[in-house]
Amino acid sequence: MAQSLKIAVVGRECVACGCCARVCPREAIAVEWGIAARVDAQKCVGCGKCAKVCPAAVIDLVKREKAE
Amino acid sequence: MKQKKRWSDYLWIAELLYLCLGLFNILFAWLGMLFFCIPLLVAIVGGSKAYCNRYCGRGQLLGLLGEKLKLSRNVPPPKFLRSPWFRYGFLTFFMIMFGLMLVSTWKVFTGAPLSETVTLLWVFRLPWQWADVSFAAPWMAQFAFGFFSVMLTSTILGLTTMVLFRPRSWCVYCPMGTMTQGICKLRNGRKAKSCGGTGKTNCGAAQAPRQ
Repeated sequence: MAQSLKIAVVGRECVACGCCARVCPREAIAVEWGIAARVDAQKCVGCGKCAKVCPAAVIDLVKREKAE
Repeated sequence: MKQKKRWSDYLWIAELLYLCLGLFNILFAWLGMLFFCIPLLVAIVGGSKAYCNRYCGRGQLLGLLGEKLKLSRNVPPPKFLRSPWFRYGFLTFFMIMFGLMLVSTWKVFTGAPLSETVTLLWVFRLPWQWADVSFAAPWMAQFAFGFFSVMLTSTILGLTTMVLFRPRSWCVYCPMGTMTQGICKLRNGRKAKSCGGTGKTNCGAAQAPRQ
């Protein structure tokens, strides 16, 4: 599948609530080690649903090359 | 694609039921200890925030009210609410108030009279004499009054921030969430660092192997 130009990026003040993982249509986000959410760059399509629900507002959509 | 519902998606009913049972008889407040102990056990034994992520009835309830019923303004909470000092400060405050509640329970245990009140937002004392607590030890009733005060107060705060900000804004400063994340950091911090999952920008997800 062609990758989108954008990717979700989780900031360091993530509270690991898992709201983002629940709404991700590609199952690209997982809360790992109970510490922070992690985005799988291969799966993320940059739809931004996670950013809209994040209560801590720590998810940004950035250009893919910037994140990688 | 619509995901298939699991039993754990209906735990918001347990949260509602708990609040209703507590209004019916204050001694049901003791059931709230489950909401305290289970997340801590999951964090200590399992090293994860699975409770917050999947099984938190309060989070689900706030999500339902905010997203499905559109009761939330759905705007990001202010910066101060999201800052670590506020999260840890609120946890400290919460623990002090919890400690004071245990002290008053101890006082009743040692002979002080039972105070049949529920205190909302740590200030407003509501008389709660309709509860029949005669069949329980006075200290058990005192703990129930105190604990239900804590649960009602946190529900009010959760509902207020749900309406004003994003549905699950409570999760940002929830003392249980802060505590369980702290436990996971202590327990898994080194392991997480070695694979890049430290909560830094994007957590190195593109390069790190998935656990």
